[in-house]
Amino acid sequence: MKGRKMNARRSDPMLPQPFRVARVQRETFDTFTLNLEGLKDNGGFKFAPGQFNMLYVFGVGEVPISISGDPTNGDILVHTTRVVGTVTTAMGKLKQDDIIGVRGPYGTHWPVEDARGKDVVIVAGGIGLAPLRPALYYLLEHRDKYNKVVLLYGTRTKEDILYRRELEQWRARFDLEVHVTVDRGTGNWRGNVGVVTALIPKAPFDPENAIALVCGPEIMMRFTVLELLKRGLPEEKIYLSMERNMKCGIGLCGHCQFGPHFTCKDGPVFPYNRIKDLLEKREI
Amino acid sequence: MKTIENILAEHPFFKGLEPKYLKIVVGCASNVVFAPEQIIYREGDPADRFFLIREGKIGLEINVPHKGPVTLQTINEGEILGWSWLMPPYKWRFTSRVYERTRAIALDGACLRKKCDEDHALGYEFYKRFADIIVQRLQATRLQLLDVYGVHS
Repeated sequence: MKGRKMNARRSDPMLPQPFRVARVQRETFDTFTLNLEGLKDNGGFKFAPGQFNMLYVFGVGEVPISISGDPTNGDILVHTTRVVGTVTTAMGKLKQDDIIGVRGPYGTHWPVEDARGKDVVIVAGGIGLAPLRPALYYLLEHRDKYNKVVLLYGTRTKEDILYRRELEQWRARFDLEVHVTVDRGTGNWRGNVGVVTALIPKAPFDPENAIALVCGPEIMMRFTVLELLKRGLPEEKIYLSMERNMKCGIGLCGHCQFGPHFTCKDGPVFPYNRIKDLLEKREI
Repeated sequence: MKTIENILAEHPFFKGLEPKYLKIVVGCASNVVFAPEQIIYREGDPADRFFLIREGKIGLEINVPHKGPVTLQTINEGEILGWSWLMPPYKWRFTSRVYERTRAIALDGACLRKKCDEDHALGYEFYKRFADIIVQRLQATRLQLLDVYGVHS
């Protein structure tokens, strides 16, 4: 993935490139997915799984959003977003053919190439599945290069499950193990109920030859790491995607400082051993 | 064909338990099978057994007025269902419903309590193993209470 051109930042890295909203998909009551197309024929948007873009709703503001689409399809740029603030609320009101600004892609990526020949355990919590989806696409595209691939996904209720149709397709595959759990089982839900960390002790992977990709709320990631370590996975084989308030996206402004790191430039994907001393510090 | 003693020895809950204790426990054990949607016990019923799940899935439910049953946890293969038999008043706090056909070993709580009273070393083994499960579930419950997936979490 090294050496790829990053076409939305060819000129001034602070200048957003206009993209057209090709499709808006409601995922859950508070999340939606935007499919974007570049206005210029620039050979497609190249990114690595785990990277993010700065999305600019003109006249409202700019926010960092992980890319959640297929890294092998550069024609469509996909972002899944949750409505949490002013900009994402405005973003959620965009319609087909509206224009949005894009800067990126930025940041570090999931170590999908280093994971070749290993078991890959993906642990996602809530909307944390969105930044992991490109990694899963990549693994499935190069499926013969990996041993077991396991997805453990936890969310609040069955109504909050992201990419439901795709999850069903993934579960039907013989070369991918998918386990979904919800924190609260309501209605006719007959799947797992409990926290996602409870799935780790029995997840089928060899801790001596595995790599874990983890994304979700920070507390969920901390508990996930504890369970992965308990299974015997080495610290340096656990990767986390951190979320901080990013502004410039290129390591200049310092908004996303995380101890000695800038989340936008040194992250968002970090090996656990690099940030473990920062995770439990209140001041950071 | 596996004997109950073999099955108990292979179950994670009894891993490493001395054979002499396994022989004692076997006297309180029986094979059971439950069909989907079957209620194994209801909230408030006397808690006289617990189950080592060999295969299947069981939901622990509580009925919320005007809302219906809410599942708080599922119990899967290799796990333990029920600890209310350990402490007074020996009544189930939740209802257990079978989600997927379940094969289990049922252990008679009164029989085990008697054997634990007679042999405190066995009792210590039992309570130590249950304490581990209770701690795991308490920690998981605390994580659930944090509602980490909520917007403002």
